[in-house]
Amino acid sequence: MQADVPGLAHHFEDLEQQHEAGRLGMWAFLVTEVMFFGGLFTGFTIYWNAYPDAFRAGSHHLDVRLGTLYTAVLIGSSLTMALAIRAAQVGRRRAQVGWLVTTMLLGTTFLVVKGFEYQHKWADGLLPGPGFAWEGPDAPHARIFFSFYFAMTGLHALHMLIGIGVLLTMCVKAARGAFTPSHHAGLEISGLYWHFVDVVWIFLFPLLYLIGRHG
Amino acid sequence: MSGHLVPLKGYLGIFLALMALTAVTVYVAFLDLGPMNTVAAMTIAAVKAVLVVLYFMHVRWSSRLVWIFAAAGVFWLMIMIGLTMADYGTRDWL
Repeated sequence: MQADVPGLAHHFEDLEQQHEAGRLGMWAFLVTEVMFFGGLFTGFTIYWNAYPDAFRAGSHHLDVRLGTLYTAVLIGSSLTMALAIRAAQVGRRRAQVGWLVTTMLLGTTFLVVKGFEYQHKWADGLLPGPGFAWEGPDAPHARIFFSFYFAMTGLHALHMLIGIGVLLTMCVKAARGAFTPSHHAGLEISGLYWHFVDVVWIFLFPLLYLIGRHG
Repeated sequence: MSGHLVPLKGYLGIFLALMALTAVTVYVAFLDLGPMNTVAAMTIAAVKAVLVVLYFMHVRWSSRLVWIFAAAGVFWLMIMIGLTMADYGTRDWL
């Protein structure tokens, strides 16, 4: 029985074991998230195969420049998140806060631009429902594309919102010096979640924005 | 000390590789490759995802147990998509 290791819960042998348990817990959660988004990806694939022309036309309507911008912003935020954890590993408190703030700013940029894109789609009558006003071919099935578009990007945006909330908490903790080179599991686990949300977008981007580009 | 310390240049390299792959996938999307468009887009997305998981998420330096957890996610996802599409893709054969 060892006593008085800061941050060590009594039921763990040492910090490394505690850290590993937390890491595995987050991975188990992320696997459930893979299956959660996976259901949507599976549904998308089925309908895309059933109505390829409507899906291509719907995808063609989305702004590929915006899609690329989101991707770049999220990849950038993954880099700054990794650098925040690295700052904790080398014990630099100010750098942790700085990188976390940058990560949150990039996440917020993503959400603000996404908000404008939603507003634009709304104004164009592309929100699936009674007012759906699609002028392209095969409106009933283009509506399915836009249902997937809003459901998948909406759930992704919700994950981003939660991620920013988590990072805000981590930022306050980092500013108070809660993370040391030997003990920063909370920050690392929050980072896993943030990177996962980036990975989801890496697949959403080509499926939603790129499948209708060629031809 | 917990976890592997990745040099700054390593992270920057992964970031640049991800940005380059994004540029490539956008470029390729505008070429008409027939069914290969989808294959190319999904392959590039998979490579990007693997880079994020291995380097940004530190799986490359994590324990075997973390590897198993991450692989389980991919495995069950492949079962869900693979078996579902095996059904929908072959219904016309009957």
